[in-house]
Amino acid sequence: MARHIVAALAEIPSGSQKLVHVEGRSIAVFNVNGELFGISDTCPHQGGSLAAGATVGLTTSTEPGKFCHSRPGEFIRCPWHSWEFDLRTGKSWCDPRKFRARPYDLSVESGETLVAGPYVAETFGVSVEDQYIVVEL
Amino acid sequence: MSISDAIDCDIHPGVPTIKALLPYMNDYWREAFIARGQDNFQPASYLPNSPIACRPDWRDGDAIPGSNFDLLQKHALDGFGARFAICNVLYGGSFTISETMGAAICSAVNDWVRAEWLARDPRLRASIVVPSQNPRLAVEEIERLAGDRRFVQVLMPVALDMMLGKQHYWPIFEAATRHDLPIGLHAGSLYRYAPTTNGWPSHYLQDYVSNNHAFESQLLSLIFQGVFVKFPELKIVLIESGVTWLPGFLWRARKTWRAVRPEVPWVDESPIDIVRRHVRLTAQPIDAPGDPAVLERVLDQIGSDDMLLFATDYPHWQFDADRVLPEGVPARLVEKMARDNPLATYPRLRETIQ
Repeated sequence: MARHIVAALAEIPSGSQKLVHVEGRSIAVFNVNGELFGISDTCPHQGGSLAAGATVGLTTSTEPGKFCHSRPGEFIRCPWHSWEFDLRTGKSWCDPRKFRARPYDLSVESGETLVAGPYVAETFGVSVEDQYIVVEL
Repeated sequence: MSISDAIDCDIHPGVPTIKALLPYMNDYWREAFIARGQDNFQPASYLPNSPIACRPDWRDGDAIPGSNFDLLQKHALDGFGARFAICNVLYGGSFTISETMGAAICSAVNDWVRAEWLARDPRLRASIVVPSQNPRLAVEEIERLAGDRRFVQVLMPVALDMMLGKQHYWPIFEAATRHDLPIGLHAGSLYRYAPTTNGWPSHYLQDYVSNNHAFESQLLSLIFQGVFVKFPELKIVLIESGVTWLPGFLWRARKTWRAVRPEVPWVDESPIDIVRRHVRLTAQPIDAPGDPAVLERVLDQIGSDDMLLFATDYPHWQFDADRVLPEGVPARLVEKMARDNPLATYPRLRETIQ
């Protein structure tokens, strides 16, 4: 296992998302109200880029005609066929057993910690004053 | 394949003339029908002389097909060795513009069926015909007859004044489920709305084939307007809908649900699963392709052996001799269609044999 810096935190402010590449993997990174989520970018249905989708809340219902909206921003809709995936688990809402985008654990670490190593920076220069999103692979 | 002792889920006793129903009407309606000289409320989809309305060897001269009790008994019951047969009377009460006249005809049809058909052969069962034009009157008719357990279903045409999933119709579903009655939707319409979204067809052929649109749109409405969520016990029986259109429809419904399901969040499972649980189809006609192997594949694509119900559709001319089912229906499925599936679909038949 190695820790990889995937982005500076400032690059993905709350409400935004970014496609990053780590060791040949494409990971869609989302910042939902300050909470970071990472899932495999490739939609397990037919391969759309989840990082290019729109984040939405979860719509459920208690009875016909009633709409309940919760977990704002915690689902991604694939731009190709609008399937919804739970950013916390990577699972498809409609078919969670068969379709799951792999989730990645992300953490935020200070440049100061990272400079001490060990980590794999790939294309990053690390500044001690800034914070970075790190994935462990 | 053995079809003797089968439960025939769709036969059609014919109302010979409105005069047959007058004894079952109140004084007002008896006088009104005589004064107006109104008769022949046969649905336009089965004009009496059209070939499909009656198999040639089942015709009784010029008589309305299915109107002769002895012949129905001989052909449909004895002829196929039926254990039970469900009478679905197709007549004007279900489609008149006047709600009250519709209710009067439906009520007379139901009492006529009870007195002149059910009472004469213990193998016969019947659907309660209702004036869906007015759900309140439809519910009254269900309540009036529900105590007679020989009525095993509520029958309506598939194409109505509006989408069947709307809350307008929910009282009918409530009454039906409370009384262990599935809702049978028979091919046909009220004959005052164009049967397609592109207006009126020019020919009978188009009208007949386009019944599929009505079955599809009513099924979509029932599923996505939440009827099966609200009435988890409800069973819908599609009668004379054909069968082979179903897999493609289901795939399309599921694909689209997956994409836009937040529109209908009360539907929290695949429409395919909902249909397999709640919907049954009489397998007459099946609309089979020529190659039996292809038919077997299509039936396999439906993904459930629980959905098809055996039916002759007597006296309609869907097949010749005793070839009720086309080749390609696997033997295991024939067994289920003929007995297990009807018993699972109709609680009132189940209780009869227990």
